[in-house]
Amino acid sequence: MVIAVPPHTTSNAARPKKFEEEELLLTGSEAIAHALRLADVDIVGAYPIRPYDAVMQAVAAMIADGKMDCEYIVAEGEHSQFELVKHASAVGARSFVGSSGVGWFYAFEAIAVTAGLRLPVVANVGNRALDDPGAFGVEHNDALAVRDLGWLMTWVETGQEAFDAAVIAYKVAEDPRVMLPCAVSTDGAFLTHSQHLVKIPPREVVEQFLPKYDLGDRLFHPDNPITIAPQVDQDWLTEIRKQNDAAMRRAPDVIREAYREYYELTGRQREPFVEEYMTDDADYVLVGQGTIAMPGRVIVRRLREQGHKVGFARLKWFRPFPADEIVERLGRFKGVGIIDRDYSFGSPHHGGVLFTEFRAAFYDSPKRPAMINIIGGLGGREFTAADGQEMFNLLQQATAGELKTNVHWIGVRE
Amino acid sequence: MGAPTASGTASPHQNGTATTSASWSVEVVYRGIFQKRLANRISRGVVLGARKEGKVGTAFARYGDSPERNGIPAKNFAVVATDEVQLESSLARYEPESVDVSIVVDDTMCKGVESWAWYGVQPINKLVVPGGSLVVTSDKQPDELLRAVKVKPYAYNLVVVPSPVHAGVFAPEGSASFAGLWVDNDDNTDFKCLVAVARVAPQILTLDSVLDIVRERTNDEARVKAVRAIYDQIKIRHVEPGEGSTVDHEEYQKPGWTQMREGIVVEAMQVGTRNPLYKKWSTRTRRPLVNFDTCIKCTQCWLQCPDECFEVTPEGTYEVVYEACIGCSICEEVCPVPDCITMVNELAFDNNDNLYPMYASDPEGYRRFLQQHGIALHPELIDKAKKTPAVHQQPDYPSKKQKQPVVTGGEE
Repeated sequence: MVIAVPPHTTSNAARPKKFEEEELLLTGSEAIAHALRLADVDIVGAYPIRPYDAVMQAVAAMIADGKMDCEYIVAEGEHSQFELVKHASAVGARSFVGSSGVGWFYAFEAIAVTAGLRLPVVANVGNRALDDPGAFGVEHNDALAVRDLGWLMTWVETGQEAFDAAVIAYKVAEDPRVMLPCAVSTDGAFLTHSQHLVKIPPREVVEQFLPKYDLGDRLFHPDNPITIAPQVDQDWLTEIRKQNDAAMRRAPDVIREAYREYYELTGRQREPFVEEYMTDDADYVLVGQGTIAMPGRVIVRRLREQGHKVGFARLKWFRPFPADEIVERLGRFKGVGIIDRDYSFGSPHHGGVLFTEFRAAFYDSPKRPAMINIIGGLGGREFTAADGQEMFNLLQQATAGELKTNVHWIGVRE
Repeated sequence: MGAPTASGTASPHQNGTATTSASWSVEVVYRGIFQKRLANRISRGVVLGARKEGKVGTAFARYGDSPERNGIPAKNFAVVATDEVQLESSLARYEPESVDVSIVVDDTMCKGVESWAWYGVQPINKLVVPGGSLVVTSDKQPDELLRAVKVKPYAYNLVVVPSPVHAGVFAPEGSASFAGLWVDNDDNTDFKCLVAVARVAPQILTLDSVLDIVRERTNDEARVKAVRAIYDQIKIRHVEPGEGSTVDHEEYQKPGWTQMREGIVVEAMQVGTRNPLYKKWSTRTRRPLVNFDTCIKCTQCWLQCPDECFEVTPEGTYEVVYEACIGCSICEEVCPVPDCITMVNELAFDNNDNLYPMYASDPEGYRRFLQQHGIALHPELIDKAKKTPAVHQQPDYPSKKQKQPVVTGGEE
């Protein structure tokens, strides 16, 4: 029996009227809270852990001030926190959840299942080093740990992008062609807690962009007799996983569409997957994700002043990994330096996660630039201009075939 | 844009106007937790004020200071620029390596600051650029502050933000600390600090922008007027190279990965010793002075001090190890004898030496010293106090590990 569910409204793609945006001085976390407000999220599952908890605090303040109307549930731990939003999503509630570091890990079971059940929960991961030792500084391993499970994953650089990406995340995740959860990662401290000037569009603009969340005949409701996730055996898992695979394969086009529409609406986020800087005539390119892009651009400008032809490329979406884009864009350079703000002990060549994935993307490509790995910035350590110089020197040497190894840790005290 | 430097920041202290490209940094040094909101209001005020003039900016707390602890020095920053490219260049180092203006909202921090976020005591003016400014909220005169502030090899400016002294309100008369720490939160300290920035560095933000901020936040013209009046009261004291305190503090060298123990293992303190590296004294705004004449050796201060700062004197009385004391004043609270332990403003002292040796070599001089700090001596209590039996002994005084050991032996 098919129940009457709210009609699936398609977003209006006509060119909009011009609109005024409010400019506020916000942390990356507060920017996400504003996105949740305008996206009219139905439920927020909360549990405090630094540095993501700035989002839950900002949401709580908005609800208390009457600016936002949603269920706000503080669970007794991240495991329950992520379980409850998963279930809320299954009954048709637009859901938000977030965590950092080991908190994210505490929810691992729920995280795996959310993707398995194809539920479009949007999560903020305030990237934080994994305890022990306790450190609030940014490392990407928390979010990256779930990279195989079917979550969409994006890294943002600024408060503005945190707002934009959170809105876009709902659009992409809830698209019937995708229906996968999405993790929006914000670098701990550097983005979660630094205050930037952010433009907030009017509510109507976001409402125009985001259709209502519609599970169709998957809506978990007494009038819709379905069972979700019964026990299965070897006869079923392969096909279930194959469906996830197909959804993830459809995601890149959905992401491109969403960014195109958002760009037409706001003039922001023209590039969905890779943002390039000073790469037009570059021989060498440094690559990273998250807030590394800012010192990255400064490093590039300084190297350019010295006469080197170097650029920076920022990866925006890690899942789905935009392999075609990467190969096409980066294949034209002589040397590429992949910066990993993460580690992957024991991986091939002991390289970081991004490095390993980039190399895999290039394996079949006839145009393979020299590629080195820079591992650094761990635990919130900053990348300096001196580091930039060292990175570039290594990249040059590697490209000239002068280095025995291509994985380098920088800024390490010996 | 300037030649590339070895550091991560663009060349500091650029006196750009609206038409030339430049960036500036302001830091707020504050006492953790107590003054957290004040510091945030100031750094946001810098960015929002500059924004009114068409500049862009970012405000942030120092990552390493988190989580804050009561009173431990912490930092907030505001970086402002004429355009996004300049802003980026200044932020390439997330934490500024140098600042045009350093705002200190508790003057006892002028003696130097040790934070969660770095090792060892650093001079309060460490980041101030040549020709930059150190702005301090205080009721003291600049010369008195300069006795504590470390010398620099170049000239800079010292600005005192005037404060009302609220005698009897929580803090004794003469206490310099205020705003968030000692008095009502709502005393315009944040606005006064912004006015000071406008006074010394109008290229960052102007007085008009500050007054707009006051107006927006308070909707009160009387307040705008009061804040405006501060602008003219601010005096700029030019500080010469070499003027200030020459007290040096130990620097700490971080070990490399090959020197560190495996498995995230760290040495612990042996029982009876003190941490040789982390002293915590820069947390305090007041220190306890002991009247050795009237101490009845009840052991309460020694027992209740959360950091075991008391050591036993040859007379069986108790003295404070000032290197370790954070000024929590529990000792003053628990001492049963009137005025035997009294908290006094920290700025009056330029070292952390134990004080019993002064008393032992010159008791009259020590009594005068207490009186100078406004402490009543209670001579009528001395006889009885001297007759009380000692509970503890310190056999080798000053103990060979004077900076380290807590008293062992004797009854508890």
